Amino acid sequence: MTITTLRSGLLTTIQDLGRYGYQKYGVIVSGAMDSYSLRIANLLVGNSEGEAALEITLMGPTLLFEKDMLIAITGGDLSPTIEGASVPLWRPVFVKKGSKLQFGLQKSGCRAYLAVAGGFAVNEIMKSKSTYLRAEIGGYQGRAIQEGDILEVNSMSEGAFSQIEKLKNKQNKRPFQPANWSVRWNEFLPLIKNPNIRVLPGAQYEKFTSHSKEQFFIQSFRVSPQSDRMGYRLSGPAIELEEKLEMLSEAVAHGTIQIPPDGNPIILLADRQTTGGYPKIGQVATVDLPVVAQVMPGQSISFTEITLEDAERLYLEKEKNLKQLAVSITYKLKQ
Amino acid sequence: MIEPVGDAAIVIRFGSEIEYRTHRKVQMLSNYLTQNSFNGFIECIPSYTGVTVFYDPLLVEKSHAYKAGQIFSPYKIVRSIIEDLLANLKGEEAEAHRIVEIPVCYGGECGPDLEFVAKQNNLTTDEVISLHSGGEYLVYMLGFAPGFPFLGGMSEKIATPRRSTPRTSIPAGSVGIAGKQTGVYPISTPGGWQLIGQTPLRLFLSEKEPPSLLQAGDVVKFYPISYKDFLEWKEESK
Repeated sequence: MTITTLRSGLLTTIQDLGRYGYQKYGVIVSGAMDSYSLRIANLLVGNSEGEAALEITLMGPTLLFEKDMLIAITGGDLSPTIEGASVPLWRPVFVKKGSKLQFGLQKSGCRAYLAVAGGFAVNEIMKSKSTYLRAEIGGYQGRAIQEGDILEVNSMSEGAFSQIEKLKNKQNKRPFQPANWSVRWNEFLPLIKNPNIRVLPGAQYEKFTSHSKEQFFIQSFRVSPQSDRMGYRLSGPAIELEEKLEMLSEAVAHGTIQIPPDGNPIILLADRQTTGGYPKIGQVATVDLPVVAQVMPGQSISFTEITLEDAERLYLEKEKNLKQLAVSITYKLKQ
Repeated sequence: MIEPVGDAAIVIRFGSEIEYRTHRKVQMLSNYLTQNSFNGFIECIPSYTGVTVFYDPLLVEKSHAYKAGQIFSPYKIVRSIIEDLLANLKGEEAEAHRIVEIPVCYGGECGPDLEFVAKQNNLTTDEVISLHSGGEYLVYMLGFAPGFPFLGGMSEKIATPRRSTPRTSIPAGSVGIAGKQTGVYPISTPGGWQLIGQTPLRLFLSEKEPPSLLQAGDVVKFYPISYKDFLEWKEESK
Protein backbone atom coordinates (compact mmCIF):
# COMPACT_ATOMS: atom_id res chain seq x y z
CA MET A 1 0.00 0.00 0.00
CA THR A 2 1.47 3.35 -0.93
CA ILE A 3 -1.07 6.04 -1.84
CA THR A 4 -4.78 5.72 -1.08
CA THR A 5 -7.35 7.92 -2.79
CA LEU A 6 -9.72 9.34 -0.16
CA ARG A 7 -11.64 11.59 -2.57
CA SER A 8 -11.58 11.45 -6.34
CA GLY A 9 -11.61 15.08 -7.52
CA LEU A 10 -13.00 16.12 -10.90
CA LEU A 11 -10.78 14.22 -13.34
CA THR A 12 -7.49 12.72 -12.24
CA THR A 13 -5.79 10.30 -14.63
CA ILE A 14 -2.42 8.64 -14.98
CA GLN A 15 -0.60 10.05 -18.02
CA ASP A 16 2.86 9.88 -19.54
CA LEU A 17 4.10 11.41 -22.79
CA GLY A 18 1.61 9.43 -24.86
CA ARG A 19 1.07 6.28 -26.86
CA TYR A 20 2.93 6.56 -30.14
CA GLY A 21 3.23 4.10 -32.99
CA TYR A 22 -0.40 2.95 -33.06
CA GLN A 23 -2.21 5.86 -34.68
CA LYS A 24 -2.27 3.99 -37.99
CA TYR A 25 -4.55 1.49 -36.22
CA GLY A 26 -6.86 4.26 -35.01
CA VAL A 27 -5.39 4.31 -31.51
CA ILE A 28 -5.31 7.83 -30.08
CA VAL A 29 -2.11 9.19 -28.52
CA SER A 30 -3.43 10.39 -25.12
CA GLY A 31 -0.65 11.54 -22.75
CA ALA A 32 -0.24 14.69 -20.67
CA MET A 33 -2.05 17.77 -21.94
CA ASP A 34 0.81 19.92 -20.60
CA SER A 35 3.92 17.89 -21.37
CA TYR A 36 6.41 20.46 -19.99
CA SER A 37 4.85 20.29 -16.53
CA LEU A 38 4.78 16.48 -16.61
CA ARG A 39 8.41 16.25 -17.69
CA ILE A 40 9.63 18.73 -15.07
CA ALA A 41 7.60 17.08 -12.27
CA ASN A 42 9.30 13.78 -13.10
CA LEU A 43 12.79 15.28 -13.24
CA LEU A 44 12.25 16.87 -9.81
CA VAL A 45 11.72 13.47 -8.18
CA GLY A 46 14.56 11.73 -10.00
CA ASN A 47 12.39 9.91 -12.56
CA SER A 48 12.99 9.76 -16.28
CA GLU A 49 11.08 12.68 -17.77
CA GLY A 50 8.48 10.52 -19.52
CA GLU A 51 7.44 8.52 -16.45
CA ALA A 52 3.72 8.29 -15.62
CA ALA A 53 2.35 10.94 -13.24
CA LEU A 54 -1.09 12.10 -12.15
CA GLU A 55 -2.77 14.72 -14.28
CA ILE A 56 -5.14 16.61 -12.00
CA THR A 57 -7.88 18.76 -13.53
CA LEU A 58 -9.36 21.83 -11.74
CA MET A 59 -10.67 20.11 -8.60
CA GLY A 60 -7.97 17.88 -7.17
CA PRO A 61 -8.25 14.62 -5.26
CA THR A 62 -7.39 13.89 -1.63
CA LEU A 63 -4.54 11.43 -1.30
CA LEU A 64 -3.20 9.63 1.76
CA PHE A 65 0.50 8.73 1.72
CA GLU A 66 1.07 5.42 3.45
CA LYS A 67 4.84 5.57 3.10
CA ASP A 68 7.57 8.24 3.26
CA MET A 69 7.78 9.66 -0.25
CA LEU A 70 9.35 12.27 -2.50
CA ILE A 71 6.83 14.13 -4.67
CA ALA A 72 6.72 17.20 -6.92
CA ILE A 73 3.69 19.17 -8.06
CA THR A 74 3.91 21.32 -11.19
CA GLY A 75 1.56 22.95 -13.70
CA GLY A 76 -1.38 25.06 -12.62
CA ASP A 77 -1.76 26.17 -9.00
CA LEU A 78 -4.70 24.19 -7.64
CA SER A 79 -3.78 25.10 -4.02
CA PRO A 80 -2.29 21.85 -2.77
CA THR A 81 -2.01 21.50 1.00
CA ILE A 82 -0.63 18.78 3.24
CA GLU A 83 -2.33 18.64 6.63
CA GLY A 84 -3.49 22.22 6.09
CA ALA A 85 -0.14 23.78 5.15
CA SER A 86 0.31 24.84 1.56
CA VAL A 87 2.77 22.85 -0.56
CA PRO A 88 5.14 24.84 -2.77
CA LEU A 89 5.10 23.91 -6.46
CA TRP A 90 7.95 23.13 -8.89
CA ARG A 91 10.31 21.59 -6.33
CA PRO A 92 10.93 18.23 -4.64
CA VAL A 93 8.91 17.75 -1.45
CA PHE A 94 9.49 15.08 1.15
CA VAL A 95 6.15 13.76 2.48
CA LYS A 96 5.98 11.88 5.74
CA LYS A 97 4.11 8.59 5.99
CA GLY A 98 0.50 9.09 7.13
CA SER A 99 0.13 12.62 5.68
CA LYS A 100 -2.85 13.73 3.64
CA LEU A 101 -2.56 15.83 0.47
CA GLN A 102 -5.57 17.91 -0.55
CA PHE A 103 -6.26 20.39 -3.31
CA GLY A 104 -8.33 23.55 -2.93
CA LEU A 105 -9.19 26.52 -5.09
CA GLN A 106 -7.88 26.91 -8.60
CA LYS A 107 -5.53 29.93 -8.54
CA SER A 108 -3.86 29.68 -11.93
CA GLY A 109 -3.84 27.22 -14.80
CA CYS A 110 -6.19 24.32 -15.28
CA ARG A 111 -4.14 21.16 -14.66
CA ALA A 112 -1.58 20.18 -12.05
CA TYR A 113 0.86 17.27 -12.34
CA LEU A 114 1.88 15.15 -9.39
CA ALA A 115 4.94 12.96 -9.82
CA VAL A 116 6.21 10.55 -7.17
CA ALA A 117 9.76 9.24 -6.96
CA GLY A 118 9.81 5.87 -8.74
CA GLY A 119 6.63 6.53 -10.72
CA PHE A 120 3.27 4.79 -10.49
CA ALA A 121 3.37 1.02 -10.84
CA VAL A 122 0.90 0.46 -13.68
CA ASN A 123 1.36 -1.73 -16.74
CA GLU A 124 2.41 -0.39 -20.08
CA ILE A 125 -0.19 -1.05 -22.75
CA MET A 126 1.04 -0.50 -26.28
CA LYS A 127 4.25 1.03 -24.91
CA SER A 128 2.54 3.66 -22.75
CA LYS A 129 1.07 4.05 -19.26
CA SER A 130 -1.35 6.76 -20.37
CA THR A 131 -5.05 6.37 -19.67
CA TYR A 132 -7.15 6.05 -22.85
CA LEU A 133 -10.55 6.73 -21.33
CA ARG A 134 -12.80 5.80 -24.26
CA ALA A 135 -11.18 2.44 -24.96
CA GLU A 136 -10.76 1.87 -21.19
CA ILE A 137 -7.11 0.87 -21.41
CA GLY A 138 -3.87 2.02 -19.81
CA GLY A 139 -3.29 3.99 -16.61
CA TYR A 140 -5.24 2.80 -13.58
CA GLN A 141 -7.67 0.17 -14.95
CA GLY A 142 -8.29 2.36 -17.99
CA ARG A 143 -10.21 4.96 -16.03
CA ALA A 144 -9.94 8.09 -13.89
CA ILE A 145 -8.87 7.70 -10.26
CA GLN A 146 -11.78 7.04 -7.90
CA GLU A 147 -12.27 7.07 -4.16
CA GLY A 148 -10.73 3.97 -2.60
CA ASP A 149 -8.15 3.37 -5.36
CA ILE A 150 -4.75 2.28 -4.11
CA LEU A 151 -1.84 3.52 -6.20
CA GLU A 152 1.34 1.49 -5.97
CA VAL A 153 4.69 3.17 -6.55
CA ASN A 154 7.88 1.69 -8.05
CA SER A 155 11.24 1.89 -6.28
CA MET A 156 12.94 5.25 -6.57
CA SER A 157 16.24 6.35 -8.10
CA GLU A 158 19.42 7.00 -6.13
CA GLY A 159 19.06 10.75 -6.56
CA ALA A 160 15.55 10.70 -5.12
CA PHE A 161 16.74 8.55 -2.24
CA SER A 162 19.55 10.90 -1.25
CA GLN A 163 17.19 13.88 -1.55
CA ILE A 164 14.71 12.17 0.80
CA GLU A 165 17.44 11.49 3.34
CA LYS A 166 18.55 15.09 3.21
CA LEU A 167 15.06 16.58 3.56
CA LYS A 168 14.16 14.10 6.29
CA ASN A 169 17.03 15.41 8.44
CA LYS A 170 15.80 18.98 8.07
CA GLN A 171 12.22 18.05 8.68
CA ASN A 172 11.64 18.66 12.39
CA LYS A 173 8.18 17.13 13.05
CA ARG A 174 6.35 18.74 10.11
CA PRO A 175 4.35 16.41 7.85
CA PHE A 176 6.40 17.52 4.85
CA GLN A 177 9.64 19.27 3.92
CA PRO A 178 10.17 21.06 0.60
CA ALA A 179 13.61 21.52 -0.94
CA ASN A 180 15.01 25.05 -0.64
CA TRP A 181 15.39 25.34 -4.43
CA SER A 182 12.91 25.27 -7.30
CA VAL A 183 12.62 25.43 -11.08
CA ARG A 184 12.20 28.75 -12.88
CA TRP A 185 9.06 27.41 -14.53
CA ASN A 186 8.10 30.69 -16.17
CA GLU A 187 10.62 30.00 -18.92
CA PHE A 188 8.67 26.92 -19.93
CA LEU A 189 5.07 27.70 -19.07
CA PRO A 190 3.77 31.26 -19.04
CA LEU A 191 0.63 30.81 -16.93
CA ILE A 192 -1.19 33.91 -18.05
CA LYS A 193 -4.90 34.47 -18.41
CA ASN A 194 -6.17 34.87 -21.96
CA PRO A 195 -2.86 33.95 -23.64
CA ASN A 196 -1.85 34.61 -27.19
CA ILE A 197 -1.15 31.35 -28.99
CA ARG A 198 1.23 31.06 -31.93
CA VAL A 199 -0.22 29.29 -34.94
CA LEU A 200 1.05 28.02 -38.29
CA PRO A 201 -1.32 28.05 -41.25
CA GLY A 202 -3.22 24.79 -41.68
CA ALA A 203 -3.70 22.72 -44.83
CA GLN A 204 -6.94 24.50 -45.85
CA TYR A 205 -5.97 27.99 -44.63
CA GLU A 206 -6.33 29.47 -48.11
CA LYS A 207 -9.88 28.12 -48.46
CA PHE A 208 -11.30 30.49 -45.84
CA THR A 209 -12.67 33.94 -46.69
CA SER A 210 -10.14 36.74 -46.33
CA HIS A 211 -12.42 38.33 -43.72
CA SER A 212 -12.39 35.12 -41.66
CA LYS A 213 -8.62 34.79 -41.94
CA GLU A 214 -8.29 38.34 -40.65
CA GLN A 215 -10.78 37.84 -37.82
CA PHE A 216 -9.03 34.65 -36.77
CA PHE A 217 -5.88 36.60 -35.91
CA ILE A 218 -7.56 39.79 -34.63
CA GLN A 219 -10.39 38.61 -32.41
CA SER A 220 -10.19 36.57 -29.26
CA PHE A 221 -12.07 33.32 -28.72
CA ARG A 222 -13.75 32.04 -25.59
CA VAL A 223 -12.98 28.51 -24.46
CA SER A 224 -16.36 26.81 -24.03
CA PRO A 225 -17.29 24.65 -21.02
CA GLN A 226 -17.65 21.66 -23.41
CA SER A 227 -13.88 21.58 -23.77
CA ASP A 228 -12.03 18.49 -22.62
CA ARG A 229 -8.91 16.41 -23.18
CA MET A 230 -10.06 15.64 -26.71
CA GLY A 231 -10.30 19.26 -27.76
CA TYR A 232 -11.01 22.85 -26.83
CA ARG A 233 -14.16 24.24 -28.42
CA LEU A 234 -13.94 27.95 -29.03
CA SER A 235 -16.55 30.60 -29.67
CA GLY A 236 -16.03 33.97 -31.30
CA PRO A 237 -16.54 35.34 -34.78
CA ALA A 238 -17.78 32.57 -37.10
CA ILE A 239 -14.97 31.41 -39.38
CA GLU A 240 -16.27 30.79 -42.89
CA LEU A 241 -15.06 29.04 -46.02
CA GLU A 242 -15.07 30.70 -49.45
CA GLU A 243 -17.20 27.80 -50.63
CA LYS A 244 -18.41 24.51 -49.22
CA LEU A 245 -15.62 21.95 -49.13
CA GLU A 246 -16.09 18.19 -49.44
CA MET A 247 -13.11 16.68 -47.71
CA LEU A 248 -11.82 13.17 -47.24
CA SER A 249 -10.68 12.24 -43.74
CA GLU A 250 -6.97 12.56 -43.14
CA ALA A 251 -4.58 12.57 -40.20
CA VAL A 252 -4.80 15.36 -37.62
CA ALA A 253 -2.14 16.34 -35.09
CA HIS A 254 -1.89 17.65 -31.53
CA GLY A 255 -2.86 21.31 -31.85
CA THR A 256 -4.68 21.08 -35.19
CA ILE A 257 -7.36 23.79 -35.35
CA GLN A 258 -10.31 22.59 -37.38
CA ILE A 259 -13.44 24.48 -38.34
CA PRO A 260 -16.69 22.47 -38.31
CA PRO A 261 -19.71 23.78 -40.30
CA ASP A 262 -20.90 26.02 -37.42
CA GLY A 263 -17.74 28.14 -37.82
CA ASN A 264 -16.52 27.66 -34.23
CA PRO A 265 -12.89 26.50 -34.09
CA ILE A 266 -11.87 23.33 -32.24
CA ILE A 267 -8.27 22.87 -31.10
CA LEU A 268 -7.52 19.15 -31.06
CA LEU A 269 -5.60 18.07 -27.96
CA ALA A 270 -4.18 14.97 -26.24
CA ASP A 271 -7.21 12.67 -26.68
CA ARG A 272 -7.94 13.73 -30.28
CA GLN A 273 -9.11 11.22 -32.87
CA THR A 274 -6.37 10.12 -35.22
CA THR A 275 -8.14 11.36 -38.37
CA GLY A 276 -10.63 14.09 -39.14
CA GLY A 277 -12.58 15.49 -42.06
CA TYR A 278 -13.10 19.17 -41.17
CA PRO A 279 -11.03 21.89 -42.84
CA LYS A 280 -7.96 22.92 -40.86
CA ILE A 281 -7.27 26.62 -40.53
CA GLY A 282 -4.17 26.32 -38.38
CA GLN A 283 -1.78 24.32 -36.30
CA VAL A 284 -0.61 25.44 -32.83
CA ALA A 285 3.18 25.71 -32.53
CA THR A 286 4.39 22.77 -30.41
CA VAL A 287 5.94 25.08 -27.77
CA ASP A 288 2.52 26.62 -27.08
CA LEU A 289 0.56 23.37 -26.64
CA PRO A 290 1.17 23.28 -22.86
CA VAL A 291 0.00 26.89 -22.64
CA VAL A 292 -3.28 25.98 -24.36
CA ALA A 293 -3.72 23.03 -21.98
CA GLN A 294 -3.59 25.38 -18.99
CA VAL A 295 -6.37 27.69 -20.23
CA MET A 296 -9.54 27.27 -18.18
CA PRO A 297 -12.94 26.97 -19.82
CA GLY A 298 -14.49 30.43 -19.72
CA GLN A 299 -11.19 32.18 -20.41
CA SER A 300 -10.21 33.50 -23.80
CA ILE A 301 -7.36 32.92 -26.18
CA SER A 302 -6.17 34.74 -29.26
CA PHE A 303 -3.92 33.67 -32.11
CA THR A 304 -0.81 35.12 -33.77
CA GLU A 305 0.74 33.77 -36.92
CA ILE A 306 4.24 32.34 -36.63
CA THR A 307 6.56 31.15 -39.38
CA LEU A 308 7.69 27.54 -39.53
CA GLU A 309 11.31 28.63 -39.03
CA ASP A 310 10.44 30.52 -35.83
CA ALA A 311 8.30 27.70 -34.48
CA GLU A 312 11.13 25.24 -35.09
CA ARG A 313 13.73 27.53 -33.51
CA LEU A 314 11.60 28.08 -30.39
CA TYR A 315 11.00 24.35 -30.09
CA LEU A 316 14.68 23.44 -30.39
CA GLU A 317 15.66 26.17 -27.88
CA LYS A 318 13.15 24.92 -25.32
CA GLU A 319 14.24 21.33 -25.73
CA LYS A 320 17.86 22.31 -25.21
CA ASN A 321 16.90 24.33 -22.10
CA LEU A 322 15.02 21.32 -20.79
CA LYS A 323 18.05 19.10 -21.31
CA GLN A 324 20.13 21.58 -19.31
CA LEU A 325 17.48 21.75 -16.63
CA ALA A 326 17.53 17.96 -16.38
CA VAL A 327 21.29 18.01 -15.82
CA SER A 328 21.12 20.65 -13.09
CA ILE A 329 18.23 18.92 -11.33
CA THR A 330 20.10 15.60 -11.30
CA TYR A 331 23.07 17.39 -9.77
CA LYS A 332 20.90 19.19 -7.18
CA LEU A 333 19.15 15.98 -6.11
CA LYS A 334 22.42 14.23 -5.31
CA GLN A 335 24.03 17.23 -3.62
CA MET B 1 2.57 17.39 -52.97
CA ILE B 2 4.51 17.75 -49.73
CA GLU B 3 3.73 20.31 -47.03
CA PRO B 4 4.30 20.90 -43.30
CA VAL B 5 1.68 20.06 -40.66
CA GLY B 6 2.88 22.47 -38.00
CA ASP B 7 6.47 22.10 -36.78
CA ALA B 8 6.58 18.37 -36.04
CA ALA B 9 4.80 16.61 -38.93
CA ILE B 10 4.71 16.56 -42.70
CA VAL B 11 2.08 15.35 -45.15
CA ILE B 12 2.73 13.75 -48.53
CA ARG B 13 -0.33 13.74 -50.80
CA PHE B 14 -0.60 11.55 -53.90
CA GLY B 15 -4.00 12.68 -55.12
CA SER B 16 -7.31 14.17 -54.03
CA GLU B 17 -9.83 11.40 -54.75
CA ILE B 18 -10.39 7.89 -53.48
CA GLU B 19 -8.54 5.91 -56.13
CA TYR B 20 -6.83 2.56 -56.12
CA ARG B 21 -3.63 3.93 -57.69
CA THR B 22 -3.36 6.66 -55.07
CA HIS B 23 -4.02 4.10 -52.35
CA ARG B 24 -1.14 1.91 -53.62
CA LYS B 25 1.28 4.83 -53.41
CA VAL B 26 0.07 5.68 -49.92
CA GLN B 27 0.59 2.07 -48.86
CA MET B 28 4.00 1.81 -50.43
CA LEU B 29 5.31 4.92 -48.67
CA SER B 30 3.79 4.16 -45.27
CA ASN B 31 4.99 0.54 -45.34
CA TYR B 32 8.45 1.63 -46.36
CA LEU B 33 8.68 4.27 -43.63
CA THR B 34 7.46 1.89 -40.97
CA GLN B 35 10.13 -0.65 -41.89
CA ASN B 36 12.99 1.75 -42.65
CA SER B 37 12.41 4.69 -40.37
CA PHE B 38 14.86 7.61 -40.31
CA ASN B 39 16.37 9.13 -37.15
CA GLY B 40 13.66 11.13 -35.41
CA PHE B 41 10.77 9.30 -37.14
CA ILE B 42 7.90 8.75 -34.69
CA GLU B 43 5.11 7.22 -36.76
CA CYS B 44 3.00 7.74 -39.84
CA ILE B 45 -0.73 7.67 -40.56
CA PRO B 46 -1.89 6.60 -44.02
CA SER B 47 -5.18 8.08 -45.23
CA TYR B 48 -7.23 7.91 -48.45
CA THR B 49 -4.91 10.20 -50.39
CA GLY B 50 -1.74 10.74 -48.39
CA VAL B 51 0.65 9.88 -45.59
CA THR B 52 1.21 12.10 -42.56
CA VAL B 53 4.61 11.57 -40.95
CA PHE B 54 5.24 12.61 -37.35
CA TYR B 55 8.82 13.30 -36.27
CA ASP B 56 10.83 14.63 -33.34
CA PRO B 57 12.40 17.90 -34.58
CA LEU B 58 15.22 17.71 -32.02
CA LEU B 59 16.31 14.20 -33.01
CA VAL B 60 16.02 15.09 -36.69
CA GLU B 61 18.19 18.17 -36.25
CA LYS B 62 20.75 16.31 -34.14
CA SER B 63 21.23 13.38 -36.47
CA HIS B 64 20.98 15.06 -39.86
CA ALA B 65 21.92 18.74 -39.69
CA TYR B 66 25.62 18.46 -40.23
CA LYS B 67 25.50 15.66 -42.73
CA ALA B 68 22.99 17.56 -44.81
CA GLY B 69 25.18 20.64 -45.06
CA GLN B 70 23.52 23.99 -44.58
CA ILE B 71 20.02 22.81 -43.76
CA PHE B 72 19.06 23.46 -40.16
CA SER B 73 15.28 23.33 -40.39
CA PRO B 74 14.02 19.93 -39.22
CA TYR B 75 11.14 20.23 -41.69
CA LYS B 76 13.49 20.80 -44.61
CA ILE B 77 15.63 17.87 -43.51
CA VAL B 78 12.66 15.51 -43.30
CA ARG B 79 11.33 16.81 -46.59
CA SER B 80 14.60 16.06 -48.34
CA ILE B 81 14.70 12.57 -46.81
CA ILE B 82 11.18 11.90 -48.09
CA GLU B 83 11.95 13.28 -51.55
CA ASP B 84 14.98 10.99 -51.87
CA LEU B 85 12.88 8.13 -50.72
CA LEU B 86 10.09 8.78 -53.21
CA ALA B 87 12.59 8.89 -56.05
CA ASN B 88 13.82 5.43 -55.10
CA LEU B 89 10.42 3.93 -54.33
CA LYS B 90 9.16 4.36 -57.87
CA GLY B 91 10.24 1.04 -59.27
CA GLU B 92 9.16 -0.95 -56.26
CA GLU B 93 6.80 -3.89 -56.73
CA ALA B 94 3.44 -3.71 -55.02
CA GLU B 95 3.17 -6.57 -52.56
CA ALA B 96 0.14 -8.86 -52.46
CA HIS B 97 -2.88 -7.89 -50.41
CA ARG B 98 -3.65 -9.79 -47.27
CA ILE B 99 -7.18 -11.19 -47.39
CA VAL B 100 -9.08 -11.18 -44.09
CA GLU B 101 -12.32 -13.13 -43.92
CA ILE B 102 -14.83 -11.91 -41.37
CA PRO B 103 -17.78 -14.10 -40.29
CA VAL B 104 -21.03 -12.19 -39.84
CA CYS B 105 -24.32 -13.23 -38.31
CA TYR B 106 -26.78 -11.16 -40.37
CA GLY B 107 -30.18 -9.95 -39.15
CA GLY B 108 -32.13 -10.73 -36.00
CA GLU B 109 -30.64 -9.51 -32.76
CA CYS B 110 -27.27 -9.13 -34.45
CA GLY B 111 -28.54 -6.89 -37.24
CA PRO B 112 -31.65 -4.98 -36.13
CA ASP B 113 -31.68 -2.77 -39.25
CA LEU B 114 -31.33 -5.50 -41.89
CA GLU B 115 -35.03 -5.39 -42.81
CA PHE B 116 -34.97 -1.61 -43.06
CA VAL B 117 -31.99 -1.77 -45.43
CA ALA B 118 -33.83 -4.37 -47.54
CA LYS B 119 -37.05 -2.32 -47.66
CA GLN B 120 -35.18 0.89 -48.53
CA ASN B 121 -33.61 -0.79 -51.54
CA ASN B 122 -36.59 -2.97 -52.62
CA LEU B 123 -34.69 -6.15 -51.90
CA THR B 124 -35.26 -9.20 -49.74
CA THR B 125 -33.08 -9.59 -46.65
CA ASP B 126 -31.39 -12.57 -48.34
CA GLU B 127 -30.50 -10.40 -51.32
CA VAL B 128 -28.96 -7.79 -49.00
CA ILE B 129 -26.91 -10.50 -47.28
CA SER B 130 -25.71 -11.95 -50.57
CA LEU B 131 -24.76 -8.52 -51.96
CA HIS B 132 -22.97 -7.52 -48.76
CA SER B 133 -21.13 -10.81 -48.30
CA GLY B 134 -20.41 -11.12 -52.03
CA GLY B 135 -18.25 -8.02 -52.12
CA GLU B 136 -14.54 -7.47 -51.67
CA TYR B 137 -13.65 -4.49 -49.58
CA LEU B 138 -10.37 -2.63 -49.50
CA VAL B 139 -9.23 -1.15 -46.16
CA TYR B 140 -8.18 2.39 -47.12
CA MET B 141 -7.40 3.58 -43.62
CA LEU B 142 -8.17 3.09 -39.93
CA GLY B 143 -9.47 5.83 -37.69
CA PHE B 144 -12.46 7.16 -35.74
CA ALA B 145 -12.06 4.41 -33.12
CA PRO B 146 -9.23 1.89 -32.52
CA GLY B 147 -9.27 -0.68 -35.32
CA PHE B 148 -12.20 0.93 -37.19
CA PRO B 149 -11.73 0.32 -40.94
CA PHE B 150 -12.69 2.76 -43.69
CA LEU B 151 -13.74 0.27 -46.38
CA GLY B 152 -14.23 0.87 -50.06
CA GLY B 153 -16.17 -1.21 -52.55
CA MET B 154 -19.71 -1.71 -51.24
CA SER B 155 -22.46 -2.29 -53.82
CA GLU B 156 -24.57 0.84 -54.27
CA LYS B 157 -27.63 -1.43 -54.46
CA ILE B 158 -27.61 -1.64 -50.66
CA ALA B 159 -26.60 1.95 -49.87
CA THR B 160 -28.81 3.31 -47.06
CA PRO B 161 -28.79 6.65 -45.22
CA ARG B 162 -27.76 6.80 -41.55
CA ARG B 163 -30.44 6.46 -38.87
CA SER B 164 -32.13 9.75 -38.07
CA THR B 165 -31.48 9.17 -34.36
CA PRO B 166 -28.13 7.58 -33.55
CA ARG B 167 -28.02 4.72 -31.04
CA THR B 168 -26.35 5.60 -27.75
CA SER B 169 -24.50 2.30 -27.66
CA ILE B 170 -23.60 -0.11 -30.44
CA PRO B 171 -22.14 -3.48 -29.42
CA ALA B 172 -18.55 -4.24 -30.46
CA GLY B 173 -18.42 -6.27 -33.68
CA SER B 174 -21.51 -4.66 -35.23
CA VAL B 175 -21.45 -4.46 -39.02
CA GLY B 176 -23.12 -1.36 -40.37
CA ILE B 177 -24.00 0.64 -43.46
CA ALA B 178 -23.94 4.43 -43.77
CA GLY B 179 -24.68 5.77 -47.23
CA LYS B 180 -22.28 4.02 -49.60
CA GLN B 181 -19.96 2.94 -46.79
CA THR B 182 -19.83 -0.23 -44.76
CA GLY B 183 -17.72 -0.95 -41.71
CA VAL B 184 -17.36 -2.79 -38.43
CA TYR B 185 -17.40 -1.19 -34.97
CA PRO B 186 -14.38 -2.70 -33.10
CA ILE B 187 -15.38 -1.32 -29.70
CA SER B 188 -18.73 -0.38 -28.26
CA THR B 189 -19.53 3.26 -29.11
CA PRO B 190 -22.51 5.46 -29.91
CA GLY B 191 -23.27 5.64 -33.62
CA GLY B 192 -25.83 6.19 -36.36
CA TRP B 193 -25.05 3.46 -38.89
CA GLN B 194 -27.68 0.92 -40.00
CA LEU B 195 -26.73 -2.32 -38.28
CA ILE B 196 -27.14 -5.37 -40.51
CA GLY B 197 -25.11 -7.94 -38.59
CA GLN B 198 -22.46 -8.70 -36.03
CA THR B 199 -19.14 -10.55 -36.10
CA PRO B 200 -17.89 -12.68 -33.21
CA LEU B 201 -14.31 -11.76 -34.18
CA ARG B 202 -12.46 -9.27 -32.03
CA LEU B 203 -11.18 -6.50 -34.30
CA PHE B 204 -9.19 -4.74 -31.60
CA LEU B 205 -7.16 -6.34 -28.80
CA SER B 206 -4.94 -3.90 -26.93
CA GLU B 207 -2.62 -6.68 -25.70
CA LYS B 208 -1.84 -7.96 -29.22
CA GLU B 209 0.91 -6.69 -31.50
CA PRO B 210 -0.38 -5.17 -33.72
CA PRO B 211 -3.53 -4.50 -31.69
CA SER B 212 -5.77 -4.21 -34.74
CA LEU B 213 -6.93 -7.23 -36.77
CA LEU B 214 -7.12 -5.10 -39.92
CA GLN B 215 -4.49 -2.91 -41.50
CA ALA B 216 -4.69 -0.38 -44.29
CA GLY B 217 -4.19 -2.25 -47.57
CA ASP B 218 -5.97 -5.43 -46.44
CA VAL B 219 -8.88 -6.88 -48.42
CA VAL B 220 -11.92 -7.83 -46.34
CA LYS B 221 -14.46 -10.48 -47.26
CA PHE B 222 -17.57 -11.06 -45.16
CA TYR B 223 -19.31 -14.46 -44.97
CA PRO B 224 -22.61 -15.33 -43.31
CA ILE B 225 -22.79 -17.61 -40.25
CA SER B 226 -25.77 -18.81 -38.21
CA TYR B 227 -26.81 -17.31 -34.88
CA LYS B 228 -25.83 -20.61 -33.21
CA ASP B 229 -22.33 -20.47 -34.69
CA PHE B 230 -22.10 -16.82 -33.72
CA LEU B 231 -22.85 -17.58 -30.06
CA GLU B 232 -20.43 -20.53 -29.94
CA TRP B 233 -17.68 -18.55 -31.61
CA LYS B 234 -18.21 -15.66 -29.25
CA GLU B 235 -18.04 -17.97 -26.24
CA GLU B 236 -14.75 -19.45 -27.49
CA SER B 237 -13.08 -16.12 -28.16
CA LYS B 238 -13.81 -14.83 -24.65
